[in-house]
Amino acid sequence: MLATLLLVLSSVSVAVTDLYVPETSARTERALAAAPVPSPTAPLHISEERSDAGIALARSADWHEPAATTDRSEPSHHGGGYKIVQWEWSYVQTPYIIAIWILVASVAKILFHFSQRVTTVVPESCLLILLGLVLGGIVLIANKKQLYQLDPGLFFLFLLPTIVGDAGYFMPSRLFFDNLGAILLYAVVGTLWNAFCTGFSLYGAKLAGMIDEKVEAGMMEFLLFGALISAVDPVAVLAVFEEVHVNETLFIIVFGESLLNDAVTVVLYKVYISFVEVGPGNIHTADYFKGVASFFIVSIGGTVVGLIFALILAFATRFTKRVRIIEPLFVFLLVYLAYLTAELLSLSSILSMTFCGIGCNKYVEANISQKSRTTVKYTMKTLASIAETIIFIFLGISAVDKSKWAWDTGLVSCTLIFIFVFRAMGVVMQTWVLNRFRLVPLDKIDQVVMSYGGLRGAVAFALVVLLDGDHVKAKDYFVATTIIVIFFTVMFQGLTIKPLVKWLKVPRSTSRKPTINEEIHERAFDHILAAVEDIAGLNGYHHWRDKWEQFDKNYLSKLLMRKSVYHKGELWEVYQKINIRDAISLIDQTTQSSAGRKEQGGNVLSSARLSLPSMASRTSFSEVANVTNYLRGNESGVCLDLQVIDMVPSGKVQEETETHHLLTGNLYKPRRRYQAHYSRHFMTVGDKERQDREVFQRNMRSRFESFKSTRHKGKGRHKKDRSQKKRKGSDAKEQDVNGKPRRNVSWQDTAVLNADSEEEKSENSDPEKEEDVGITFVARRADEIPKQGPKSASVSLETCQSPSVMPPSPTCAEKHLPWKGGGGTLPVCVSMETTKIIPIDLQQAWNQSISSLESLASPPVQAEPQHPRVAAICRQEGVRAPGGRFQFPSEEEEDAQSPQQQEMQPLMCSGRPPPQAPLPNQGTGRRPPNFNPCVYLRSLVTAPPPGSEPHSRGPTQL
Amino acid sequence: MGSNYSTLSKIPNVDDLMQETGFTPAHIVRLYDRFNALDKDKKGHLSPQDFESIKELAMNPIGDRIIGAFFTPGQEVVDFHSFVRILAHFRPVDKNRPRDPNTPEPVNSRTSKLRFAFQLYDQDKDGKISRAELLQVLRSMMEMQVTEEQLESIADRTIQEADLDGDSTISFDEFRKSLEKVNIDHKMSSRFLR
Repeated sequence: MLATLLLVLSSVSVAVTDLYVPETSARTERALAAAPVPSPTAPLHISEERSDAGIALARSADWHEPAATTDRSEPSHHGGGYKIVQWEWSYVQTPYIIAIWILVASVAKILFHFSQRVTTVVPESCLLILLGLVLGGIVLIANKKQLYQLDPGLFFLFLLPTIVGDAGYFMPSRLFFDNLGAILLYAVVGTLWNAFCTGFSLYGAKLAGMIDEKVEAGMMEFLLFGALISAVDPVAVLAVFEEVHVNETLFIIVFGESLLNDAVTVVLYKVYISFVEVGPGNIHTADYFKGVASFFIVSIGGTVVGLIFALILAFATRFTKRVRIIEPLFVFLLVYLAYLTAELLSLSSILSMTFCGIGCNKYVEANISQKSRTTVKYTMKTLASIAETIIFIFLGISAVDKSKWAWDTGLVSCTLIFIFVFRAMGVVMQTWVLNRFRLVPLDKIDQVVMSYGGLRGAVAFALVVLLDGDHVKAKDYFVATTIIVIFFTVMFQGLTIKPLVKWLKVPRSTSRKPTINEEIHERAFDHILAAVEDIAGLNGYHHWRDKWEQFDKNYLSKLLMRKSVYHKGELWEVYQKINIRDAISLIDQTTQSSAGRKEQGGNVLSSARLSLPSMASRTSFSEVANVTNYLRGNESGVCLDLQVIDMVPSGKVQEETETHHLLTGNLYKPRRRYQAHYSRHFMTVGDKERQDREVFQRNMRSRFESFKSTRHKGKGRHKKDRSQKKRKGSDAKEQDVNGKPRRNVSWQDTAVLNADSEEEKSENSDPEKEEDVGITFVARRADEIPKQGPKSASVSLETCQSPSVMPPSPTCAEKHLPWKGGGGTLPVCVSMETTKIIPIDLQQAWNQSISSLESLASPPVQAEPQHPRVAAICRQEGVRAPGGRFQFPSEEEEDAQSPQQQEMQPLMCSGRPPPQAPLPNQGTGRRPPNFNPCVYLRSLVTAPPPGSEPHSRGPTQL
Repeated sequence: MGSNYSTLSKIPNVDDLMQETGFTPAHIVRLYDRFNALDKDKKGHLSPQDFESIKELAMNPIGDRIIGAFFTPGQEVVDFHSFVRILAHFRPVDKNRPRDPNTPEPVNSRTSKLRFAFQLYDQDKDGKISRAELLQVLRSMMEMQVTEEQLESIADRTIQEADLDGDSTISFDEFRKSLEKVNIDHKMSSRFLR
């Protein structure tokens, strides 16, 4: 938000400058650039006026004011005579300072991460606070007075929402709701317990004389202080816990608690403030009840506001198809508005924003385009990360201020001890209660980490700064204590929690290096366990979740998701059934056409196998006695032995190390290690998705293989349907041409294309390369089509009357642009025309496919898997690695896809046949599809039916 | 919980099952719900297709093998009792309940956990992990960028390391010996089944 604001400000300023002095504006800028970097004192001096105002105004946007005043002074500035070079500092001051601060924060982050070793030992938050202290010291020395501090208005209106918004939107919601009970207990009861106990104990300590007389505070003041100091802080907790690898349940509990305790903190804070203001004597019993009531209003109200905005947001993104460019804006605006609205109604804004994020995520992610998704993700992470950095730096700076050094050892030490002790007690007691109900009890280590991880942070600081010094006499002491508490928890506990966890988690030291056997088998055990837990549904299985999913599927998704996206969800469910029927027919096709295709088919087959030796699926690999592979295998075995014998021990050790290295680097990670983790700074999604994609492809392929082998005897069952489903048939044949079932595995498509076309050249190239080559090849191919004429593949097309290869009315540009895009993801360049044309035809195709599915046992409709991760995978990868989705000649999808060709583009590009709508120009069979190179190519490599001459394909291969 | 008992009464021989597997009624109820959720057509048993429709398994490198472990050869379906018995392998060993030496070894013992893992490798059930079998597992567990040579080299080394009697295969005893130092109970126990 800050950055956005900055942008707006600067753009406005440019516009205004243009208005005033059009001729000089350019020069002004140049002058500014040429001018020496503004000395630190200059900005500081001028910003004085605003920092004062900023502190006083709580949670309100007083923020534009300085900019406005400087704007007004502008004309007089320009009034006297024409100046070539002008010093326009007062004009750019506010955005300039902000930009500089953000720059400092970013540079600081870069510097910290230069040294890997430092950041693994010291949490970033500590480094940032230290940097803040240093910067604050510089400012203080230069200026004799601290000008900066974490301004509550700025904090609550801009910095906090970015962090909370990010946390809410990317919250692993399943995990969150699994542990909602525990989270709520810790957040509500735990915070109340901490607040009251800390408050009363401090009051007791004061009565006992442990706290100095100078601290003028009564019971209410201490309770107030206890309330604001007791809440675990989301910013600090995230910053530290992210670097400590605790198990995900623990993480989500502490993280969720830190978010949800906001309601308690807000209510307690407000109630006590009002109590302090009216004075303890004037409080009636009713006021206590009002306080309790207001807790429910604030928390439930905040949640409701958040959910309402989530609904609005999800609903709005249903209709942004034509204005993709503002989709991310919608997300930011509405999530932010949820926060502001809650703040406006004095409800819990953090709750509101969190639930808005959680609620809308599923639908928004489904609705918006891939690019928007990426934009949202990166922007949110960037903003949150920078906001966090600024918060910690400013916490450091705020501490270097003489006015805050109202030190009282008794108060500080008592507070530190109390919050730690009561946190630990609270955690132990609540966990004891919880464990009676939990299936997975929290063990002692979890409890220690939870107690120790109760970090306080900037929220407490902002709240304490907001206190009214007239009513709360001891404000200065409280501020100083809060700073100490924050520093202690963030720095000391943050620094020590990692070693602590390590020390607790691994009581036995494993200096021994695992043997190869151990390494492999242990990883296998991890996978086994993960799979068993998936099978047993142990990752949180609840009755009400099923109910909710039912409701969501029946009503909410229908309302909030685009039709297309929604339909895809159902497809995964029919996938299993359909896959089998399709496979049956495929085998049928295979056996039927194998005779006619043998000569050249065999050739291609072996080449394809050769080119992807390591990917050969289980069955095919063991079945096909691939001579080359065996030779190679033996060879390497021999080599290995020789080396072992010949090498001196050091050589052997080194080799062993290499093997270990290979193993650790390349064994698939078990699911639990990376899933469902929220991280503000690191987006390792790519890795995970790549692994998922690979594994998924392999699994689907092997399933298919084994299916084929078991069902092979049932061939020939579905002969009669062949003519009706030629497209499928050709597809199937094509797959068989390469001896590999590629039904579900679309990356192979490209690989096969290549194998097919360049079989002589690149038999052993690695798959990745092949994919690329394949795409380039496609590009060339498209241009050459007309020449190839009646021979070769197009023959088969015509014979087959395949309607599916026909794109709806491609324009010239469309034909070429997609693959001119460089083979990355297919650009979104389907014209509106296309989008408009398809639906009607598709409607028919859809209906046809439905009926054929029902009535015929033919190779029926294909389904797109709706596994969200799979979908994400293919969306992300686009053409370059079009794997991860089932490559189906699907008609069913068509319906779904067509209304938003645009969006589905990257998803569909990999091998998806264009609509099967009968089009006037289909007879030519030569038009390349406008948006789908692979489809076209696939049709090219399609084996001709038994009747046509098989050799004619040769020349077309270029 | 009343609903638990009503669910339990629906399962035949539930007491024997609990006795045999050591699961609590809460576990049984939960697994029963899960079983029914997986059993989409309400057949009363699960087929491999029911397992294959679990999305997470499609992402598991050896997911299909694990599915296979639920089915004895020649049998296409698994009923609730077998389902629970297999999952019982993954129940943590109860530390505080001393085992009666007279009872047969529980299904969640270290040895049976290991045997379960072993049979995932040993697909032809000859009691030995051959090089080819190991290679298959390795191939599915290693990322695609690993070349066949590397895989074979790893497989050879693995066998070399574990093979004690020099027959170039890994028998169950050798398998167990090679994993002597590994905390199997920790690795192969789901904390959810405690």
